[in-house]
Amino acid sequence: MNVIEVDRLTKTFGHFTAVDAITFDVAQGEIFGFLGANGAGKTTAMRMLCGLSMPTSGTGRVAGFDIQREPERVKASIGYMSQKFSLYEDLKVWENIRLFAGIYGVPTKQIAPRTDELLHRLGFEKEKETLVKALPLGWKQKLSFSVAVFHEPKIVFLDEPTGGVDPATRRQFWELIYEAADRGITIFVTTHYMDEAEYCNRVSIMVDGRIEAMDSPRALKRQFQAPTMDEVFHLLARKATRKDTA
Amino acid sequence: MNAVSARDICKKYGTVHALTGVSFDVEPGDIFGIIGPDGAGKTTLFRILTTLLLADSGTATVDDHDVVKEFRLIRNKVGYMPGRFSLYQDLTVEENLNIFATVFNTTVRENYHLIKDIYQQIEPFKNRRAGALSGGMKQKLALSCALVHKPSVLFLDEPTTGVDPVSRKEFWGMLRSLKQQGISILVSTPYMDEAGLCDRIALIQSGRFLKIDTPQNIVGQFGRPLWAVRGERMSALLRDVRSHPQIATCFAFGDAHHVTPADPVLTPDALSSYLRDKGHTGIEVFPISASIEDCFMELTEAAP
Repeated sequence: MNVIEVDRLTKTFGHFTAVDAITFDVAQGEIFGFLGANGAGKTTAMRMLCGLSMPTSGTGRVAGFDIQREPERVKASIGYMSQKFSLYEDLKVWENIRLFAGIYGVPTKQIAPRTDELLHRLGFEKEKETLVKALPLGWKQKLSFSVAVFHEPKIVFLDEPTGGVDPATRRQFWELIYEAADRGITIFVTTHYMDEAEYCNRVSIMVDGRIEAMDSPRALKRQFQAPTMDEVFHLLARKATRKDTA
Repeated sequence: MNAVSARDICKKYGTVHALTGVSFDVEPGDIFGIIGPDGAGKTTLFRILTTLLLADSGTATVDDHDVVKEFRLIRNKVGYMPGRFSLYQDLTVEENLNIFATVFNTTVRENYHLIKDIYQQIEPFKNRRAGALSGGMKQKLALSCALVHKPSVLFLDEPTTGVDPVSRKEFWGMLRSLKQQGISILVSTPYMDEAGLCDRIALIQSGRFLKIDTPQNIVGQFGRPLWAVRGERMSALLRDVRSHPQIATCFAFGDAHHVTPADPVLTPDALSSYLRDKGHTGIEVFPISASIEDCFMELTEAAP
């Protein structure tokens, strides 16, 4: 079953075509990497998929809802996490969970027991009353991912979620992602770090608003005869004519 | 003469130990990488070496000048690119560069040869406000400003954080050409895959150096056999490899899990058949050589 279906999705700003007729599907439970250099159109495409921006043409369905006609239902079916914005630093751990659970429409009665269950699973029980700003970065990342999937969305969008953490913590983060995918949550992730792309089931690479390649990391490495995703990326991104001037 | 020399540098903020006895030397003309996660003490070390912060104890020299007694001399001779973009956002590209040149009593023209390759890429936008530049261009401008007074040692604090792969690769290319012009470079990064681009590296965690050596020597010293394990269902595979009694560690590493056996008797074939018995398909188990990340994890295992 596909949870994202996109057909010739396009967005223009004046004479500039930011996203140029992209077509792809993402299956339930898949970890899908959405890659591209700065200015390639990733953010614009992702905003359309989250129901935050209307396409100029083409169609998209996310979690079964039309992104153009039912953007509010799309928003209620997804989770979102980015490194730039995720949690409120001046609220306690449980307050952040309470706030986001409320926003995402988790029934009030369920929030408290599920909060305890989540903190237990993460081994965070002792930090329940801690202000988020006092947490180490790795804990913040794990917590903000857990908050983004607290309402068991169909899809979670991760916008450059990791970075700056030690290798062991980074792996714990990816294990949380694996567990969510095992539960059937689709993971849609953008990253600048190609070693992270290797964790994805499939990746797409955008160049100048178009999807230039899409397959599993292994198949792409074979296709481009490159040892790493980093090299695959550079082979494709080199073709970009659009200058990064934004 | 070392470009940088530090002995037993310690620094506390209240009760937090930011640096606990850091010692190292950077040879002239080297690219020396300080590699570790956020909060490990990288920025504190850079601020001490650039004379912006006093250590609680320990000594350090930059270009043979003491960082405390001869801080004025050092400030004239080093270029510093802080992790946070700290140019004047409301001034144009050209104005920023002129300010930095003037502060150091020089002109852009005098040292233009040094910044030419970098600055030419942003020169078409020289009348744009610095605050309106893209991440990659801000980085090039910041590097130009750090270079305009012809420093002998360059301190770059996380210059590639948040930068896309294309700009990142270009940036390391620029560092290599600066090295060829004889500039010593101390660069910090949280990204382990950049280690191989340095001549020597220090791995840092919780305020102390875990290891200092060339990247090649560090990966060569990885103490155990290491295997890559692949299969169709990577998440279940992680749990099942860990359930094997003769496995010490198993970590997700993208398209393969990295596994260290606890018992030298265990063979890749034995692990494969164990996993196939658990119902896994497409299983591959084969020996690999360690990456810097594997080494970092091995070194921090004892003290998580």
